[in-house]
Amino acid sequence: MEAFKTLTSTVAPLDRTNVDTDQIIPKQFLKRIERTGYGDFLFFDWRQTPEGKPVPEFVLNDPRYKDAKILIAGKNFGCGSSREHAAWALSDFGFRVVIAPTFADIFFSNAGKNGIVLARLSESEVETLLRNAQTIPGYTLTVSLQEQTVTDDRGFKATFEVDAFRKYCLLEGLDDIGLTLRHAAELDKYETLHDNATWLHAK
Amino acid sequence: MSTTPKTLFEKVWEQHVVVEPKGEPTLLYIDLQLVHEVTSPQAFEGLRLAGRKVRRPDRTIATVDHNVPTTIEGRLNIVDQIAAKQISTLRQNCADFGVELYDVNSREQGIVHVIGPELGITKPGMTIVCGDSHTSTHGAFGALAFGIGTSEVEHVLATQTLPQSNPQTFRISVEGKLPQGVTAKDIILAIIGKIGTDGATGCVIEYAGAAIRSLSMEGRMTICNMSIEAGARAGMIAPDETTFAYLNGRRFSPQGAAWDKAVEEWSKLPTDPGAKFDRELVIDAATLVPYVSWGTSPGMVAPVTSSVPDPAAAGNELDRKSFERALEYMALKPGTPLDKIAVDRVFIGSCTNGRIEDLRAAAKIAAGHKVSTHVHAMVVPGSQLVKAQAEKEGLDQIFKEAGFDWREPGCSMCLGMNPDILSPGERCASTSNRNFEGRQGRGGRTHLVSPEMAAAAAIAGHFVDIRNWEVREEVKA
Repeated sequence: MEAFKTLTSTVAPLDRTNVDTDQIIPKQFLKRIERTGYGDFLFFDWRQTPEGKPVPEFVLNDPRYKDAKILIAGKNFGCGSSREHAAWALSDFGFRVVIAPTFADIFFSNAGKNGIVLARLSESEVETLLRNAQTIPGYTLTVSLQEQTVTDDRGFKATFEVDAFRKYCLLEGLDDIGLTLRHAAELDKYETLHDNATWLHAK
Repeated sequence: MSTTPKTLFEKVWEQHVVVEPKGEPTLLYIDLQLVHEVTSPQAFEGLRLAGRKVRRPDRTIATVDHNVPTTIEGRLNIVDQIAAKQISTLRQNCADFGVELYDVNSREQGIVHVIGPELGITKPGMTIVCGDSHTSTHGAFGALAFGIGTSEVEHVLATQTLPQSNPQTFRISVEGKLPQGVTAKDIILAIIGKIGTDGATGCVIEYAGAAIRSLSMEGRMTICNMSIEAGARAGMIAPDETTFAYLNGRRFSPQGAAWDKAVEEWSKLPTDPGAKFDRELVIDAATLVPYVSWGTSPGMVAPVTSSVPDPAAAGNELDRKSFERALEYMALKPGTPLDKIAVDRVFIGSCTNGRIEDLRAAAKIAAGHKVSTHVHAMVVPGSQLVKAQAEKEGLDQIFKEAGFDWREPGCSMCLGMNPDILSPGERCASTSNRNFEGRQGRGGRTHLVSPEMAAAAAIAGHFVDIRNWEVREEVKA
């Protein structure tokens, strides 16, 4: 996974709450067996009409936000289905940061595994940033994972919480399985004992 | 000796701690991983690339459910080549890695969250994961069960563990007696409506109280299934005599002395008196009614006797916009009585309401009636075993005589990955779990209801208050 230190980028404002993973990546694209190539299908049903024409008012079709690597949205972003394809699609499209008041748990975990930084800011901070991104041409934010801050060059500064271990993994771009296997000896020992609990056997 | 009282969740969690490294999440042992075709191919590919094996094939079970067509002809020749490829990829992966697969032609194939319990694979006290958010279903047995992403699927395949940070505990007690016509589905819709779709984010919910205790295992599964729709990591219900009676004699349940030992162990799991929860909510069952969802988020629900609410009631500007957008998508106007809303389609099935008891309840409503001429209604059993049982009881005949389409098992129109989808603009009464935009097909409009309410809507052609329904024929189970 790609390490994340700091990022300065324009910002795409998605002023909707409860953005579910069915919207982020609709079901018809879940049938592929690869991990890559989902970017073209990000928010597919919101980006395109049923006839395949771009929906001009949708934020990701707006040329002002073409190069944005930061997405801002309303509360409970990433709710619904556990599909990691949602994180793959955001990442493949070019987003490295999502800012929202709250995120759904499974999406939160999936994003971390794909090097996407999720910054939880207050609802009023998010509303300010949404408005700035909508009204100020070329509005740019800097997200520092090390400092846990979101800043602009007009004096806005907010801090966000991030679990220390998650921060370390994101900063270093570490793979989880490798980390777990550091505990292989403890795992073997635990498992041998735990297997005696026959009432917890699958079969 | 005095010990601190513990919750059901804490007991299960503590029994599965492999190691708690300083400054890192707890490494939790996973007793069972359920695998399906959609969220697993990249995980198996990851194992291959790293030269890793499936650590515990005996704790891993696979089936096909999301993509499979629900007609016999459709299953023999899957026209969607990408879906077919995904199914054949799972077949190859299971063969290569030694994982047992309940394939399309298996007598025991079905929705992953239906077959786990009915085969007795799901057990109280277990930790269970699956690359599917509705894994919370299995919590009905007193298991800690939650949905995970594909990277985590790979992690569990490789290590049989997951790093997990400690969630908060949230007890929701539904006290008193459930009124006639009000079902487990209505309980969970009411809870989501009350606490919101992010009301339990970061929490494991324990459902307790007399109304929960009185439910069958099927009803309990319906409730735990939709915990994720309230944002919860998992939902759990303490195992009791109802749980043990359900499990006794199932294919993978322990037998003889092992059964007695298992019941002894499982009986230790319920929350101790005096145990502390981070949050508590008490609901009086007597206040509950049949619900219908009206919007594009499962928290957007209202009593069937009420009307489509007004966006002006929303808290802030962003909420109001989402509210207005939901009404626009659903083509509904504030003030429209919910029982005046006409439906085009009805879907009875899914991991929420595709079990035998759900089909019995729907059949009871349908018996002796006819599906409205402008409605297409389908019944999709949750598994082959559910289908076989329903046919043994003659439920299929009741449905067919009433004009319902009787299908083969799978996830079907709950998420529309197979050919069963709504056309743009079609309105559906659905027993599934999500009313998101386009969930059942692009432009489709989903209303979440109980199986009884769905069957009644199919017959009346619009939503009706099931409490006033005329049951015409006794259905013998």
